[in-house]
Amino acid sequence: MIKDEPGLRSCEEKPGINPCPVRRNRSAWATSGEKVIELIIRTSGVSAIFFVLAIFFFVFREAAPVLFSGSFKLGQFLTSVEWYPTSAVNVRYGTLALIVGTFSVTILAMLIAVPFGLGVAVFISEFCKPKTRESLKIIIELLAAIPSVVWGFIGLTVMSRLLVKYAGAEVGVNVLNGAIILALMSIPIIVSIGEDALKAVPDSYREAGLAMGATRWQLLYRVLIPAAKNGLLAAVLLGIGRAVGETMAVLMATGHAVHIPTGVLDSVRTLTANIAAELGEAPVGSDHYRVLFLTGVLLFVITFVVNLTADLVIRGIKKSNR
Amino acid sequence: MNRETKFFLASAAACLLLATAAGCGGNKSGDAAGKAAGARTVIQNKGSDTMVNIAQAWAEAYKKAEPAVEIEVSGGGSGVGIAALSKGAVDIANSSRNMKAKEVEDAKKNTGKEPREFIVGYDALAIFVHKDNPLNEISMEQIARIYEEGGDITKWSDLGVKLPGGQDEIVRVSRQSSSGTYEFLREHVLKNKDFRLGSRDLNGSKEVVELVANTAGAIGYSGMGYATPGVKMLRVSEKAGAPGVAPTLESAKNKTYPISRSLQMYTLGEPQGAVKKYIDWILSDAGQAIVEQSGYVSIPANMRTK
Repeated sequence: MIKDEPGLRSCEEKPGINPCPVRRNRSAWATSGEKVIELIIRTSGVSAIFFVLAIFFFVFREAAPVLFSGSFKLGQFLTSVEWYPTSAVNVRYGTLALIVGTFSVTILAMLIAVPFGLGVAVFISEFCKPKTRESLKIIIELLAAIPSVVWGFIGLTVMSRLLVKYAGAEVGVNVLNGAIILALMSIPIIVSIGEDALKAVPDSYREAGLAMGATRWQLLYRVLIPAAKNGLLAAVLLGIGRAVGETMAVLMATGHAVHIPTGVLDSVRTLTANIAAELGEAPVGSDHYRVLFLTGVLLFVITFVVNLTADLVIRGIKKSNR
Repeated sequence: MNRETKFFLASAAACLLLATAAGCGGNKSGDAAGKAAGARTVIQNKGSDTMVNIAQAWAEAYKKAEPAVEIEVSGGGSGVGIAALSKGAVDIANSSRNMKAKEVEDAKKNTGKEPREFIVGYDALAIFVHKDNPLNEISMEQIARIYEEGGDITKWSDLGVKLPGGQDEIVRVSRQSSSGTYEFLREHVLKNKDFRLGSRDLNGSKEVVELVANTAGAIGYSGMGYATPGVKMLRVSEKAGAPGVAPTLESAKNKTYPISRSLQMYTLGEPQGAVKKYIDWILSDAGQAIVEQSGYVSIPANMRTK
C-alpha cells in the first residue's frame, strides 16, 4: 500500500528538497551494524507471518476433532438457525443466524461509518483551517481511545433508551444500536487512514488541477479521490475488519438474540459475541467447546474472503488505471 | 503513512516492549516477596452472577474480621465457576444451581477430590415486567409457554392484558447459557425443554433488569435481589387459577413461592484451613446477616450444615 502511493519518490529525484547524504566508504563496524538491524527487521516481518499461521493452526487444532467426527454435520452448522449447544434433549449447532447477525450489523455500521469517515477525512485534509484540523483530529483520536466495554455500556443504557423513545423500537438493544456503536468505533480508523492517503497525493497534482481551472470539488473527485483510491479502500477495509471482529460492544448492544433479523430494529447475536458469552462455560474438550473454536475458524474464513475480495478489487482498479 | 506516523508507531512499539519487560520483572519480584512474607492468604471465589454481589459483600466484611485473608471474587456464571473449580483453578465455586453428575465426575477425574456442597442462602427467582405493565400475576405454566421452544404465548393479549403503550409482542429477556438462573428456569419451569430461540440472552442479572426497565413489552427473570424501581415483580402461582405468591424473604424461606432455590458454594473435598474458616464464618450469624442485607434469604440457624 505504501510503495504504490503516487508521489513517494526516492531521494535522488528531488535533490533540492531532501538532499541525499554523501556516500563515503564506511567502517566495517557500520556495515555489520546495518546487517544486524536488517536481520532484526527481517525477523520481525517473518515472525508476523509465523504468528498468524500459528494462531490459525492452534484454533483449527481445537476445532478439528469435532469437524472430522461422524456425528457433526457441516451442512447443519452452516445452514441451520438452531443454536442449542447446551440442550438437555437435542443438541444442535446451527450458526446461520449468527452469520447473518454478524453481516447485518457490520453492513449497517459501514453504511453509516464510510460516508461519515471518508467525509471527515476529506474535510480534514482539504477543506479546513489548520486550527480546526488539529482540534478535530484530537477529538477523533479520543473516540478511538474509548474502551469497547464502555461503548457497549453506552449502547445498553443510553442509546437503547433513545432508540425506544425516538426510533419507535420495541427493544433498545438491536441491529441499529450495535451498528451505530460499531460505526462510532470504526470512524477514527477510517478517518486517520483516509486522511493519510489523501495527504500522500503530491501537491503538484493539486497545483496542476487548480492551474487548469478546476474548482475545489472538481479537484477532489476528479483528481484527489482517484489518486488516493487504494489508500481510501484500505481505510474502509480496516473499518470493516474492526466491525467484524469487535466483541464486547456488540455483545452488550445488539440484544444477543439468536434469530434472523427482519429489520434494523430487531435484536441479533453475532459470531464474536457468541464465542465471548459461551466459551467460558464450555468444558475444555467438549463438543460445545470445539464448535466454538470452529466458529472462530469461520470468522477467519470470513475475514480472509473480505480481504481477498478487496485485494482483487484493488488489483482491478490498478489495471484499469494503466 | 507519513514519516511522523511511522516514527510514532515505532516509538509506541518500543514503549510497549519496555513496559512489558518492566511488567514481567515487577511480577516476578512481587511473587517472590509474597512467598517470602507468606502472611497473606488468598482465597479464589468464582461463579454465579446471581451471587456475585453477595459474595463481594461477604469478602468485604470478612476482610474486616480477618485482615490477613484476601478473598478474590469474580462472576461469569455458575457453569464458569464450577468449570474453574473442577480444574482446581479456584478454591470456592459459587453456584445458583446444583452441580450436575457429570460435573462432579469431571472434578473427581481432574483433581481426585469429590466436590463438597454448602448451602449458603436461598433466593426467589423473580419474574420481572416493566413497571407500567398491568399484569400482576403469572402461573408457572404460562411462564413455560412464554419461554419454551414451541411455546404458544407470544402476545400480551394472550395473557389477557393490554399494555399502556399499545405494544402487544412479548419481548422475552433471558440469560446466557452459562447462567445458573437459566438452568434453574429450564429445569424447574420448562421441565428440561429448550428455550425458544430469539430471546434476548443477556450476560448478567443486572442487565436483564436494566433492559426490562427500559422496554415496555419485556419480561425477564433473575434473583430477586436485583429488583429496581423500574421493574415489577410478578406474583407466581403453581397452577393457573391458584393464588399467586409474591417473591419475598418470607415466601422463599417457607417455600410457598414456587420457584425458590438454594444458593451454594462448592469446595474440592472437605475444606481446610482458611477456606474452612471462611465458610464457617459465612454460615455464622454474621455471614447470614449479610445474605439478608443483599436481598436474599438467610438459612435458619437449625438448618445450617457445618
